Amino acid sequence: MLAVENGTVAIAGRPILRAVSLTVRSGEFVALMGANGSGKSTLVRAMTGLRPLSRGSVRLFDTPLAEFREWGRIGFVPQRAGATSGVPASVWEIVASGRLTRRRWLHPLLRSDRAAIRAALDVVGLADLAHEGVTTLSGGQQQRVLIARALAGEPEMFFLDEPTAGVDLPNQQALAEALGVLKDRGATVVLVAHELGPLAPLVDRAIVMRDGRVAYDGLPLADHEVHGPLFGDSHTHHHAQPEQHPHAPHVVSPIDAITDREGRR
Amino acid sequence: MSSFLDLLSLPFMIRAMTAAVFTGLAAPAIGTYLVQKRLALMGDGIGHVAVTGVALGLLTGTSPTWTAVAVAIAGAVVIEIIREQGHANGDVALALLFYGGIAGGLLITGLAGQSASTLQQYLFGSITALSDRDVWVTMALAAFVVLVCVGFGPQLFAVAQDQEFAKVAGLNVRFYNLLVAVLAAVTVTVAMRTVGLLLVSALMVVPVATAQQVTRSFRTTLALAMLLGTAASLGGLITAASQENLQPGPTIVLVALAGFVLTWPVGVVLRRRHRLLQPFAELDPISHEVTDEHPHVHGDDCGHIAVQHGDHVDYVHDGHRHATHGSHYDEH
Repeated sequence: MLAVENGTVAIAGRPILRAVSLTVRSGEFVALMGANGSGKSTLVRAMTGLRPLSRGSVRLFDTPLAEFREWGRIGFVPQRAGATSGVPASVWEIVASGRLTRRRWLHPLLRSDRAAIRAALDVVGLADLAHEGVTTLSGGQQQRVLIARALAGEPEMFFLDEPTAGVDLPNQQALAEALGVLKDRGATVVLVAHELGPLAPLVDRAIVMRDGRVAYDGLPLADHEVHGPLFGDSHTHHHAQPEQHPHAPHVVSPIDAITDREGRR
Repeated sequence: MSSFLDLLSLPFMIRAMTAAVFTGLAAPAIGTYLVQKRLALMGDGIGHVAVTGVALGLLTGTSPTWTAVAVAIAGAVVIEIIREQGHANGDVALALLFYGGIAGGLLITGLAGQSASTLQQYLFGSITALSDRDVWVTMALAAFVVLVCVGFGPQLFAVAQDQEFAKVAGLNVRFYNLLVAVLAAVTVTVAMRTVGLLLVSALMVVPVATAQQVTRSFRTTLALAMLLGTAASLGGLITAASQENLQPGPTIVLVALAGFVLTWPVGVVLRRRHRLLQPFAELDPISHEVTDEHPHVHGDDCGHIAVQHGDHVDYVHDGHRHATHGSHYDEH
């Protein structure tokens, strides 16, 4: 399904991922774990093509990433920052945008599209809120909207980047139920998580990242084991580190773009 | 009154009204995407850059409209590139571009031996002085903008909403971002003759801000903004025509702003109401607690807000939540 061979990522010259090799088989539920800055998010971003590899290769469905075009087979759930924007958007509209992988240009929503969107909303338990504005939802509900959006494209493989970060327990449980449905359907799931919480029973395999390398790859671990001495920093809280810039010029020329920790511009 | 109607049927007024309708449709259509991307001032920036384009047209003796289109598109692409390279203070870089644009425009106009008043019709609009050809160009460009904004709506929405998701969904994010920038540039030059380069952004942003007060979804915001934009530009033009000494450009913008000022309180009330009526969490009360002596009978029109709580409603009553239980009310 997915193979990373010798994957190396450098952001602004600093190596973030170093020679990571792993394969994910069809139907596996993999948790990518590790401390902040261990490279787990970068690894997922490399797998989905958001972050180019400086060396090595990623193959999705036996196709090199550069030639991969069947984006409908992949569902991506980014970290929750992207749920709101300057104009109101309803839950339905956000979820419908997940259908774009299967829609053709200038075609209206077909009946099959509508059915898929409705089914996705049912899985995450938000069908009643379909016509609410997404900004009126709680953080956990917004996260479920993003999962429904990925589901609407009916993918075979899911990438989730920290779906449980900052989500309260009842919403984590709702999330776990939705992911349980996916697992029962035979979907492959790669999930970045700090702590598994209610997701723990779903996980088949844990990969623990440490300082840009794979430190552990095997049976699921309990949350506290992930932060044992072997795996480095045991400090588990997520603090957003605001990027510091020198005060003086504050104007960036196009050639020296500044990137943040995850390499987002 | 009849003389006023006669005025409206004069050829120059018919041309002006046609241009107003098309501009009023196109500007909020692209403006909605700009607001969604939090680039509400991008139209303003492109407008500043386009001043140089107009001046180049005056200098070289070619049509200022087409040189403005070319320079505006170039400016929009540069703005988009600066934005994509991204930095919290990219706005400073944009400011440099804006002032360069307007200063360059004034300088070149002087070199061309034209007075500032020539430039003024582009800065503040000259909708009543349009030729037939101007109107055709306006109609064609505006129709193009509207068709792309509506036809590629789902793609543009997805990219503006969440770039990373859109990229993993296989959309060419850079292409769609550039498309929005180019459409914005085309719209600026279309609206240049209607409301003027300095006021263009108002027609792109104000109807969207007004529509947002009462909408909850993107599609209704887009549709309502286009409707409001058309109403404002046509209404402003006719108001200006009915009075002496009223310039159409500023009148159109002020009509649009008046729409916002009138809608704002409505939006405040609607949002407050929506918040009050949010269902309570489906938790059972901690204990069975009967209210004190309660002479008031709660019902559909009792004046208290009824909020869904699981399978029943609670009436919000002086900070308490009263639920009907047999012949008395419980505190929930």
